[in-house]
Amino acid sequence: MISLDLLIGLSVLYVIFLFVVAFLAERAAQRGRGAWLRSPLIYTLSLSIYCTAWTFYGAVGFAARSGLEFLTIYLGPTGVMIGWWLVLRKLVQIGRAERITSIADLISSRFGKSTLLGGIVTALAVIGTTPYIALQLQSVTLSLEVFNENASANGPASIAFWVAVGLAVFTIIFGTRNLDVNERHSGVVMAIAVEAIVKLVALLAVGAFVVWGVAGGVGNVLNSIDASPIARWEVSNARWLGLTFLSAAAFLCLPRMFQVLVVENSDERHLAVAGWAFPLYLLAMSLFVVPIAVIGLELMPAGSNPDLFVLTIPLAFGQEGLAMFAFLGGFSSATSMVIVAAIALSTMVSNHLVTPIWIRATESGASVSGDIRSVVLLSRRVSIAVVLGLGYLYYWLSGGGTALAAIGLISFTGMAQVLPAMLGGLFWRNATGIGAAFGLLVGFTVWLYSLFLPSFGPDVMLSSDVIENGPWGIGWLRPQALFGVTGLDPVIHAVFWSIALNAFVFVVGSLLTSPTPMERLQMMQYVGVTDLGRQARGRVESGADSEDLLIMAQRILGPEEAQFLFRSAAAGQGLTGYLPEPTAEFLEQLERSLAGSVGSATANAMLTQMLGQSNVSVEDLLAVADETAQIMEYSSQLELQSAELTKTAQQLKDANDKLMQLSHQKDAFLSQISHELRTPMTSIRAFSEILQTAGLSAHDQTRYASIILEESQRLTRLLDDLLDLSVLENGQVQLDLSHVQLGDILNRAVDAADPEGQLKIKRRKSAEDKHLMTDAGRLAQVFINLISNARKYCDGDPKELTIRTRNQGDFVVIDFVDNGTGISRADQSVIFEKFARVSDQQKAGSAGLGLAICKEVMANLGGTVAYLPGQGGAAFRVAVPKEYQATGG
Amino acid sequence: MARHVLLVEDEANIVEAIRFILLRDGWSVSTHSNGATALDTIRSVKPDVIVLDVMLPNKSGFDILQDLRADPAIGNTPVLMLTARGQKKDRDTAMAFGANHFMTKPFSNSDVIDVITRLCDDPT
Repeated sequence: MISLDLLIGLSVLYVIFLFVVAFLAERAAQRGRGAWLRSPLIYTLSLSIYCTAWTFYGAVGFAARSGLEFLTIYLGPTGVMIGWWLVLRKLVQIGRAERITSIADLISSRFGKSTLLGGIVTALAVIGTTPYIALQLQSVTLSLEVFNENASANGPASIAFWVAVGLAVFTIIFGTRNLDVNERHSGVVMAIAVEAIVKLVALLAVGAFVVWGVAGGVGNVLNSIDASPIARWEVSNARWLGLTFLSAAAFLCLPRMFQVLVVENSDERHLAVAGWAFPLYLLAMSLFVVPIAVIGLELMPAGSNPDLFVLTIPLAFGQEGLAMFAFLGGFSSATSMVIVAAIALSTMVSNHLVTPIWIRATESGASVSGDIRSVVLLSRRVSIAVVLGLGYLYYWLSGGGTALAAIGLISFTGMAQVLPAMLGGLFWRNATGIGAAFGLLVGFTVWLYSLFLPSFGPDVMLSSDVIENGPWGIGWLRPQALFGVTGLDPVIHAVFWSIALNAFVFVVGSLLTSPTPMERLQMMQYVGVTDLGRQARGRVESGADSEDLLIMAQRILGPEEAQFLFRSAAAGQGLTGYLPEPTAEFLEQLERSLAGSVGSATANAMLTQMLGQSNVSVEDLLAVADETAQIMEYSSQLELQSAELTKTAQQLKDANDKLMQLSHQKDAFLSQISHELRTPMTSIRAFSEILQTAGLSAHDQTRYASIILEESQRLTRLLDDLLDLSVLENGQVQLDLSHVQLGDILNRAVDAADPEGQLKIKRRKSAEDKHLMTDAGRLAQVFINLISNARKYCDGDPKELTIRTRNQGDFVVIDFVDNGTGISRADQSVIFEKFARVSDQQKAGSAGLGLAICKEVMANLGGTVAYLPGQGGAAFRVAVPKEYQATGG
Repeated sequence: MARHVLLVEDEANIVEAIRFILLRDGWSVSTHSNGATALDTIRSVKPDVIVLDVMLPNKSGFDILQDLRADPAIGNTPVLMLTARGQKKDRDTAMAFGANHFMTKPFSNSDVIDVITRLCDDPT
């Protein structure tokens, strides 16, 4: 028989051993020799505080009562750890970047450093954790009672009391030794790691004893399991799903888990190791649970508490040493949980309840002066005592009656209320503090009403009448059948309603409210942080996320330029995509680019802020960036408009110039017309007046009358030419197409242009036997003009005109070359203009429109007429298509 | 001795008409049709009045007028400008260059005689 004194002495020795371990570890850490203290292995072992006395003892009980369902408690954390890169990594990154000290701090900080939210989460954590601490006290007490029926001679409450006191002392000593900015506790973590090994080895030892020492081997155990009701698959999917979800949520939200997972994490890379190592630890812890439960149920007397099989089976088979080792394992499980929970809760209480109140009190005129540090330390020490005191009080009030597992699930459900706010805070930009606060309060209230208060049993906190019929007889408000949903397991019922209503109120509340500037600022830090640890870097070098930098750069540089910059930088680092590593080199390059847009001072301030090195609000800077971008956009629009205006102005100027030119041309043309009309009219009028006077000879009369006639004809011709030219220029010509011989047209032209034979015309009629399909009248008009010009202007003596014809592709070419002096080079360029006259040899009858008309006629016929230089005399070449084509081709 | 008019004009019919009416009115008349050589003729003929067309081959009547006024030997000769270009700016140009009178074609024969007579008697 093991005496109680022996056990208590053993416990005290064990605690002293832990003291030494913690002390040495802490000293090594302070002297900078604690590299091994920060190994992923220690980190993984420290996570084992998830496995409390509830797991150590309770899992067997759980399995004995509910079969394989106990696995859900392991499945949730296993899922979280295997998927560590989903949520945990971000939590750890933010925890480090924001110097988060607890889960209350996380929620408070995310939602604009809200004091209210910090207080709510702290209160929730204290209320939710208290039963759990009570559970640990109970387990220690129960396990002591197993060894000695008289252990409770002084009342079990006294054992629990002294255990609580002892743990409070230990926690105060190692948990509040210093106020590390990181709230890390190397000593405590080391002690926990040792305890993790102790409890694992103890449980494995008991398991091995049961399998090989009691049952007689694996085969027998398997047979027993097959025969046992435990092996029967009698689980509801809802309960499996609900419990797995619950344990996963609790793993993230329990204050002590947050403490070891996030706060005590010294290196993000540890997650990668813990991601597979911790599930292995859980597997080892659960390996012998079913065999112990099955064999226990088979061999132990009816009515034995299956929660204590781990102790009672070795004792029943006289293995006192093993039983004591198992006791130490259970004791380790309980103490490590209580210590870390007390540290976490005391941090939360002092930071989110005591300090805000104290600061407010001193601000409001009180003359209290002093070091806030001492206040914080004192408040933490007191908090630890209070937390353990509350645990003891709960234990004392509940009388230790409830099954361990039930208490664990109640606590889990309470802390799981933080999950919506936490996940929303991490991943949802629109989450607001008000939404989170209301969600938490609703979830917390539902939890209190539907699970926590009924857990004390009927008529302790809630009357049995309320539990069965609802408050004031309102059926749908029955705490364990809310809204008429009956038939659900009470825990699942509470989990479902509390989390669902919590999340619903959180989402709706967030959508209905808008975040304060402070919340937006924090949102940027939380939601924006992603994937910094993609390469599993130990430290976040710059604190800046390439994605954030890209978002900011896009606002300033515009998407194309920013993406180009980032992509090329990423390519330069051998990466694909848009997100280069925020190396110093890249940041310098980025700053230069930004400086080009917003000036170097602003660019520097922005980057400094993004790198987390200053206190300028990111929101403010982003607002500046937006404004700048808008101004730049506006200015570039103005530039664009200005460019368009300039262009339009130029077009107007061009049009105006053209109009001016046309106007000048019109003036010049009118002036020419005037001159051409007035000249013959002058002669007509002058000679008419002369004819009116008496005394003229008959010869003179005849002569002057013929001059008048000649000038009248000249006028008529001029008007005809003008009208003809107008028609030709407007393209309104009606061509009279027919099949003709070139020679015939030339004959006609020569007869008309030189009826008196003033010119000696040289032709080769055989060459003129060319068939044409064209407007013969118009072509003849051109020829007449050219022959007339030769007749009028050729200064050869005698006047000669040579007409040569030949084929050239689809065209017939006709050259008219006279034997005069020709036309000077300067004049050659203007002879086809209207009213161009080139020499003083002009004769009456020329209006200067002939060649202009020729040019228009040939254009209408699809051919050309041009001056042919270098032929001796004046020479013109006419090219006419053999077949007229309407398109002019 | 009959007073002398130099007619600088390239339209043969017009030359013939003006020459006829001047001769009939007792003037002596010489004619010239090329703008380029008109000043030489003026210097040699030294007319009492010049009747000057604007649209002349090779050198315009305006240019001849300008050069004439710049030449002290003949610069005071009264000039009647005749032009078929009846626009106001032609008249302004003529008067600015120192024409004594400006007439547009077609004209009344008697007006031409009157103006020439007046210019000869009193150039101002």
